[in-house]
Amino acid sequence: MSTSFTPVVAGSALPADAPAAATPKSISHRGGSPNPTAAALQARFPNSVRSVTVVWGETTVIVDRGQLLETVRWLHDDPSQRYDFLADVTAVEFRDLEQPIEVVWHLRSLPYRRFLRLKVLLEKGTPLEVASVWSVYKSADWLERECYDMFGIRFTGHPDLRRLLMWEQYKEGYPLRKDFPLRGRFSRSEQLRQALAANPEARYSKEELTIAQAFEDLPDDMRRRLSAGEKTGE
Amino acid sequence: MGLSRRPDAALAQLSSGGDPWVTTRLDFVVNWARANSLWPMPFGTACCAIEFMATAASRFDLARFGMERQSFSPRQADVLICAGRVPFKLAPVLRRIWQQMPQPKWCISMGSCASSGNGIFDNYAVVQGIDTIIPVDVYVPGCPPRPEGLLYGIMLLQKKVMNERAADKSLRNEMEPDPRSQLYIPPPVIDEISEPFGNSVHQTRSGL
Repeated sequence: MSTSFTPVVAGSALPADAPAAATPKSISHRGGSPNPTAAALQARFPNSVRSVTVVWGETTVIVDRGQLLETVRWLHDDPSQRYDFLADVTAVEFRDLEQPIEVVWHLRSLPYRRFLRLKVLLEKGTPLEVASVWSVYKSADWLERECYDMFGIRFTGHPDLRRLLMWEQYKEGYPLRKDFPLRGRFSRSEQLRQALAANPEARYSKEELTIAQAFEDLPDDMRRRLSAGEKTGE
Repeated sequence: MGLSRRPDAALAQLSSGGDPWVTTRLDFVVNWARANSLWPMPFGTACCAIEFMATAASRFDLARFGMERQSFSPRQADVLICAGRVPFKLAPVLRRIWQQMPQPKWCISMGSCASSGNGIFDNYAVVQGIDTIIPVDVYVPGCPPRPEGLLYGIMLLQKKVMNERAADKSLRNEMEPDPRSQLYIPPPVIDEISEPFGNSVHQTRSGL
């Protein structure tokens, strides 16, 4: 399989008379001109955009939970936006019990040299679910897995939502949540017992997409074991 | 030197229940050979591994102590040098590597993280001292220890090796973990030495 590769030149979509890229100076903390994408979003999704704020020159747009995927797809596909790089997916939980958990997407448009921070508010008491943007950005795969691992936010539509940093049988919860004790929920001996119960050689299963693709290239013994239906990591 | 000792002295020692002269001399030769050809297996997980590399490099030159060959396979290693913190996810790997090493084997816990979790890593993800997973012979304090510190630890280990006796079979006992829990220290003891400042309060980690 060969795919054609077109290099993306930063700033290539900007008009020819646009000022040269330079590190901005003397940015105010609050205020300043928002990213032009924010106005475009408000025009395109008037019911979805809840607020637009500019902090340290970076634009944050809070969008509606239900229309997130639609919004992101439009930002990626529309020729006037071309957000072709998903830099990060993460979440923020506040100590305030009333304040909702924020899920944050960092989007970057290389051709337009733009940065946009998208947020979705997940109210406490509602299921922590939001649409996965994996269908738009493949890089969302591990970012969303990490976010799920640390915060317990379920990304619906993700093809393989498992823990990423902690091992898959980790039972203590989601470590970056505010109600998670720093040393974990179990005693040290119980933590150690559960960690040592894992088989270090059993990490792969045929369900893992990459292994399934590489199956023909695997050594004979591993192919035999996987063909016999050996489940791993259990 | 004991080599010049007269035979009747050896006989006297034999009759008094001590090790016979031949055995002690054999122990000396074997220990001398072992202590000066320790092959380290570096298990570097963090910044301590950088200091280990510095120790192995030309300025400090680990080869002076018979550690010319770094063994990157546990099958040919004598000393496991755990350099850096060990997260719980890595605990079964470290245990497996230790079990793969043939006897006789020793372990150096390099740095505060490997020895005790270092306090700053007293969190949900990090093992509070690798001696809860595998037996440790020498602890090297420091964050990370300077190469001189590691060399001192290695020389202490050599001293320990020189004092071993072949007749003492307990030295070569492979510590079998409890088959059900996979722990070889009783859980209450693990909880005790893992609590905050556990390593400062309980100075009995390796002695159990």
